[in-house]
Amino acid sequence: MKIPVRPIVLAGLALAFSALVLSRAQAGGSHFFPPVADLQVKEECGSCHLAFPPSMLPARSWQRMMGDLKNHFGDDASLDPGLAAKITDYLVANAADNAGQRRGEKLIRGVDASSAPLRISELPKWVREHRKVPDWEWRHKDVRTRANCVACHADAERGYYDD
Amino acid sequence: MTKTFATQLLAALLLAPLAATAAPLSDQLASYAAAAKSADPAFVGFSAARGKTLHTQAFALGKPDTPACTSCHGPDPRGAGKTPTGKVIEPVALSATPGRYADPAKVEKWFKRNCNEVLGRACTPLEKGDWLTFVSGQ
Repeated sequence: MKIPVRPIVLAGLALAFSALVLSRAQAGGSHFFPPVADLQVKEECGSCHLAFPPSMLPARSWQRMMGDLKNHFGDDASLDPGLAAKITDYLVANAADNAGQRRGEKLIRGVDASSAPLRISELPKWVREHRKVPDWEWRHKDVRTRANCVACHADAERGYYDD
Repeated sequence: MTKTFATQLLAALLLAPLAATAAPLSDQLASYAAAAKSADPAFVGFSAARGKTLHTQAFALGKPDTPACTSCHGPDPRGAGKTPTGKVIEPVALSATPGRYADPAKVEKWFKRNCNEVLGRACTPLEKGDWLTFVSGQ
């Protein structure tokens, strides 16, 4: 029996190439932060604002935030303790300093190990990346707050923050 | 005999999803009605008109940026609303968002949060029942 070597090699090459492109698109080449995949986390953390990717803050920040949901940026977002613990586990497991997230590690670079920032928009790297956005754009009625990622990053819900 | 049973089983299977979506809301309204009656023996029933007033009135008793329900939910119950962070809120009208009030725990969770933010206090069973009556008739 004659094995059709050429088609198999070609198919293999094509597959390897697309895998390479995909991995670059997801990890290195673009500003990709895996969106929340857990449905319960998405529901509880994504009703009032975008369910921010856990890889945007270090684990200690998520722990601090989940420990004081009664004062959540001016809102009382308290949850059933069991559910809150489950959500904390998910956020911590996928935090910037825990899941081997290239982008996450970069984003929290320069954050003092003894501090646990609560606002993604106060991370030094975030501030640098957004330094060219003028004040009037932040005040625009369709933006209004730095927590409104989707106002400018159309694909933020899917994890892409390039534009 | 067997045929009747099969028919009943089929009917039960077909109707089960309907019952599952309709029952929680009416059960919840019934429990609010019982609570309203025990708070005020003169209670005769919920009112969509009172619910509408509750929904649209500017109370300004809670957080400064949310004086009324409509601050986030928008003026039209059948239209979508928007949170301050730009997240779209599905219309409150049951006709526009079928199945919206099928989970009593979720309904309670949002009453707790939102009443606090708009009224600066918890809503009474009467207010909750009026509001649910208003939006489910919309």
